[in-house]
Amino acid sequence: MNTIETINERYQQLQSNNGSSALTPIEQNAFNSFNTLGVPTVKHEEWKYTRISSVFNKEYAFNPENLSSSITQKDLEAIRFPGYEDANELVFVNGLYCSELSTIRSENLTVISLDQATKNEYRELVLQHLGHSGKYIKDGLNALNTAFAAEGVFIHVKKGNIVEHPVYIYNIVDAKTANILSQPRTLIYLAQKAQVIFAETYATIGKSESFINQVTEIVVEQDALLEYYRIQNDAAHANQVNTTHIRQIGKSLVNTVTVTLDGGIVRNNLNIAMEAEHSESHFYGLYFLKGKTHVDNHTVVDNVKPHCESNELYKGVVDDSSTAVFNGKIFVQKDAQKTNAYQSNKNLLLSNDASVNTKPQLEIFADDVKCSHGCTVGQMDEEAFFYLRSRGVSEKAAKSLLIHAFAVDILEHIKPEKVRQYVDQLISERLGVELD
Amino acid sequence: MPDTPRSSHCLEIRRNKIRNKIKDMLSIKNLQARIEEKQILKGINLDIKAGEVHAIMGPNGSGKSTLASVLAGRSEYEVTGGSVEFLGKDLLELSPEERAGEGIFLAFQYPVEIPGLSTTNFIKTAVNEVRKYRGQEPYDAVQFLKLMREKMAMVEINQSLLSRSLNEGFSGGEKKRNEIFQMAMLEPKLAILDETDSGLDIDAIRIVANGVNKLRSKDNAVLVVTHYQRLLDYIVPDFVHVLYNGRIVKSGTKELALELEERGYDFIKNEVGQEA
Repeated sequence: MNTIETINERYQQLQSNNGSSALTPIEQNAFNSFNTLGVPTVKHEEWKYTRISSVFNKEYAFNPENLSSSITQKDLEAIRFPGYEDANELVFVNGLYCSELSTIRSENLTVISLDQATKNEYRELVLQHLGHSGKYIKDGLNALNTAFAAEGVFIHVKKGNIVEHPVYIYNIVDAKTANILSQPRTLIYLAQKAQVIFAETYATIGKSESFINQVTEIVVEQDALLEYYRIQNDAAHANQVNTTHIRQIGKSLVNTVTVTLDGGIVRNNLNIAMEAEHSESHFYGLYFLKGKTHVDNHTVVDNVKPHCESNELYKGVVDDSSTAVFNGKIFVQKDAQKTNAYQSNKNLLLSNDASVNTKPQLEIFADDVKCSHGCTVGQMDEEAFFYLRSRGVSEKAAKSLLIHAFAVDILEHIKPEKVRQYVDQLISERLGVELD
Repeated sequence: MPDTPRSSHCLEIRRNKIRNKIKDMLSIKNLQARIEEKQILKGINLDIKAGEVHAIMGPNGSGKSTLASVLAGRSEYEVTGGSVEFLGKDLLELSPEERAGEGIFLAFQYPVEIPGLSTTNFIKTAVNEVRKYRGQEPYDAVQFLKLMREKMAMVEINQSLLSRSLNEGFSGGEKKRNEIFQMAMLEPKLAILDETDSGLDIDAIRIVANGVNKLRSKDNAVLVVTHYQRLLDYIVPDFVHVLYNGRIVKSGTKELALELEERGYDFIKNEVGQEA
């Protein structure tokens, strides 16, 4: 059975088992869209450099509930972020939330299934915000995830509350016996003056292939603060398409850092809709690639209201025969006067076989704004390299120091110390030197 | 020099006799080098012994900085002939980091700015790599800090400068002071100062020169590459060589530097022109 047939079968099965719910119309619409749009090919403008259809068209199992039991506490140990003893931990196995492996320490943090959420006081919130990413991302994969939205999770942070323990999210794929398609889905809502820190990572266990098609939608209310750190360091046979869609519907502050160190094909869509005056967002990315890893970061900043400020800096170190794509769009809508929007993408190419495609884009419909964008692709600075070596530093260590120096202005934006140390450790291991 | 008093001449001869008994630290023979298709060094001969300070002077484009770069192992230059022996080893066979390990230090004319690389971490890495090369145990954090404090005081450099990214946003004087600090930390046998005075005011020159003088000993040597005489007021050379058109065309003592300052390089050009 091919993947499309598997999906069809599972969709029909779920719809008949669960009966009709508040989410049924959303799911049905999305499923129809998926059938119309299909999986994007390179002919799709936004997928020009990322051949996702060939990966998707392999055969995948898509029956997560039968497999979740084989993942144990021990598997979890291997991928935990440091400081987990003092964190909220949300574990997804094959795309489904696994409450047995998860730990919620903060009382002001609610984690329930989206289906459940539509049956209590969160109903209106969910119906209002779920699926908003589809307005920005018009492709079959986003629709496919939404078609199974009821299996997703709703995370709510109460008004005026600071979630003191960080929220660590682990996506584990059990690919021990078969190729696995998984679709984590999350809607996160930060009520007024709420503050929360998320750190998320991925691990495919087993030798079969995995395809994660994830959608995370986040709604940020007035005076709320969101920090979101995503660390992608999965196996070379693990592919993912990841959409993070953030709406700042009240004046708020959002900080995100996306670090990609390993994987097969990784596509990150990051949208930030600045829908309230005086909002601020900072988003940073680092990709440090080896082997044949392909990473595609597509970002959209949509300035809808005036007086907003956004800073975007993505940096890439691209080695071996890896490939990187950066596509950053800034929209400044007609009403968004006094917008300050900055965007930059810088790349360091370390090998003749590696390549980078970068495309910064600005679309401005207002007339009183400050915007800048730019990109660079360069090689190791020979003069700096010689300088370090002339001081006795070996070729390898000099290279490592220069790569780390290049990456450091992204890494310093990972504010939680434990998470930053974790990433630093991964990078020193990659570079094969001690960095302190 | 016909008007040199006879006694001083004898002294010179006696000194040279003594000098000849000491083995050379650096011995450059007929060194030729080019960059791309341009031949820059056309046969340099120079011997330096431990404890000596040599100055290389010369007009712009004469090959001074090329000589410094070739000795440190900069790869853009291709050595097309001749030899360089350093403490009994063929220097030209060694990589830049091996040369540093052997005890060569080049203070750059234009020290490189490296944003994101902490000066202290860089120096710690360098010191320990050099120690490893020399078969010594690496310094631990405490030992390193102690050494750093000592050398910081010696070359008058501030902690605040060292906690910043390497040379990033440093003034010209701060960069040069950082070079001398690195030199103090790495304890080289032969320090090559490439136009260390360029772009510095007189106070900065004095501080940098003081640092160099404090590091001088009977066991190490300094090669000062400079266009102007003024640095040599502070770092007093034993020998001065004039480099012109890829060759050393005149050698002498520190008085030669004063003569050059007074008469300019044209007289050298004329002399060489007449000989040719």
